[in-house]
Amino acid sequence: MNWITNYVRPTINSIFSRREMPENLWSKCPECGTMLFHRELTDNLNVCTNCDHHLGITPRERFRALFDGGAFSEVKVPEPVLDPLHFRDQKKYPDRLRAAQKTTGEAEAMLVGAGEIGRTPVVVAAQDFSFMGGSMGMYVGNAIIAAAEKAVEMKRPLILFSAAGGARMQEGILSLMQMPRTTVAVQMLKEAGLPYIVVLTHPTTGGVTASYAMLGDVHIAEPNALICFAGPRVIEQTIREKLPEGFQRAEYLLDHGMLDRVTHRKHLRDELITITRMLMGLPPAVRGDLPPPEEGPDARPQSEAAAQQALTPDPAAPKAPEKPAKDTPKP
Amino acid sequence: MNYLDFEKPLAEIEGKANELRALAKTSEGMDVEKEAAALDAKAGQMLKDLYGGLTAWRKCQVARHPDRPHCKSYIEALFTEYTPLAGDRNFADDHAVMGGMARLGDRPVMVIGHEKGHDTKTRIERNFGMARPEGYRKAIRLLDLADRFNLPVVTLVDTPGAYPGKGAEERGQSEAIARSTEKSLQIGVPVVSVVIGEGGSGGAVAFATANRVAMLEHSIYSVISPEGCASILWKDAEKMREAAEALRLTAQDLKQLGVVDRIIKEPLGGAQRDRAATIKAVGEALESMIGELADKSRAALIKDRRKKFLDMGRKGLAA
Repeated sequence: MNWITNYVRPTINSIFSRREMPENLWSKCPECGTMLFHRELTDNLNVCTNCDHHLGITPRERFRALFDGGAFSEVKVPEPVLDPLHFRDQKKYPDRLRAAQKTTGEAEAMLVGAGEIGRTPVVVAAQDFSFMGGSMGMYVGNAIIAAAEKAVEMKRPLILFSAAGGARMQEGILSLMQMPRTTVAVQMLKEAGLPYIVVLTHPTTGGVTASYAMLGDVHIAEPNALICFAGPRVIEQTIREKLPEGFQRAEYLLDHGMLDRVTHRKHLRDELITITRMLMGLPPAVRGDLPPPEEGPDARPQSEAAAQQALTPDPAAPKAPEKPAKDTPKP
Repeated sequence: MNYLDFEKPLAEIEGKANELRALAKTSEGMDVEKEAAALDAKAGQMLKDLYGGLTAWRKCQVARHPDRPHCKSYIEALFTEYTPLAGDRNFADDHAVMGGMARLGDRPVMVIGHEKGHDTKTRIERNFGMARPEGYRKAIRLLDLADRFNLPVVTLVDTPGAYPGKGAEERGQSEAIARSTEKSLQIGVPVVSVVIGEGGSGGAVAFATANRVAMLEHSIYSVISPEGCASILWKDAEKMREAAEALRLTAQDLKQLGVVDRIIKEPLGGAQRDRAATIKAVGEALESMIGELADKSRAALIKDRRKKFLDMGRKGLAA
């Protein structure tokens, strides 16, 4: 009706709203409330620069910081049957899945990569809490089995970062069956004599804790991570009393003998290198940020390498014994 | 006799029939048999209708029925020379898990199961069938013993879930469950399992990691209780009927999904109406499942068990 209300005002508004500070530049630390500049936070591996609170980190960001030069090849995970139960609550399960895929840009709640950390060849699997709470369904089960098989095939240690609310209810009993399934995967590693290192991150709960996350050769946790079978709320409802401060947190579990170590995220990479090298009988590592390996399939661009790796046997595997030779410092 | 809420009309009719008969006993010369028989027939038909098409939620109620035979009832009726073994050798003995050596027929076996208790006193003693880490560690010990002395393992699953308590968490509930599942996958003897009531999530899976898994017709086995699922996904614990339906937790659905191998038929009106017949049917199923595995080598048993679980979930429900 009125060109001022219909045209001028929206135009002015749009100009001003564009000038508003983009929301993704800053985030607030949930623990101490400090406003953190995004790039600074990313550089600090999503750890609050003020209070050292460990915020969530996606598997891809973690891999970028973990692997030498950020280079790894993605291990292909077999696709499971989609929505086997035709599950529907307030939303259909496939719709929830699609929404999670859209917001995270990932196919599912676990990413598996093969590459080198400190020139130590490893296979790494990381669970994505931002994808439907990291919940363990058939895909996550398949991913862990694929990771274990890859590790056995390449004779490498498996490092697993857990983060999950538990089993994925929308897959019903089939998600529960991932507990024995993933246990079989862990057994494959043990039989092959390969180390299986679990890094428990915030939060690791329910069926995930009660299967592969608690079966590691070495258990490391990030500070203050919630690690439990039954969540604190469920326990409070059951026993009708308030739980003490720090209950079921990483430090508490360390005190109760469930973990080997609690390690700050910035020291994690070095520690993993140290541990895996000792267990694999390799000489001490060269410290520092290393460029991506010069040869081998791990150095190739991720997606391409993943596709090729699925088709051809990995040429790096038989060469594994020679690897230590490359560990001499490069000029 | 305890009646479930959906059995109310049935309770009324059966109550009337009983009243009539009681009345006839006190007053001489009154013939009520005809009317009582008519009521019985009506009740019989109603029972058939009710149990012919139990919804998932009603099945949950039947699976949790207090009069259903529990682990102890099966052990007492089916096994001889039952010798209970106690303790995890670390901390305590968990009464929610019972187990020990026994003979099934002539064959010595190791039997392990969750026991819920049948009255207030025993329920508290048994912690309502919710095991603590000690229960799972006791099971690991018994599984190991069975493995070393070649005893087939029989497990009876009936638990609402592992106990969500402070002490249980402190002593590593998740680690205990994980290790017991691991042990179940490692042993070179036949492992057969029957879900006799509730198969509650992680608390059940360790015991049901077997070469053969059977379920009673009206038992359930689920990743989460319908109430828990409803409160998380529907944000309303009262939506348990919908959740029970969606979770596909009935024996029939699980058979179709390939998670269980066989369904053991229950008497009309559920196990609680004819405990002896139910126990007998379970005994026959156990004999038959152990029989199927008796000739297999240790390596084959381990391999079969692993393959069974690795293959699980390859097929979904038909649309």
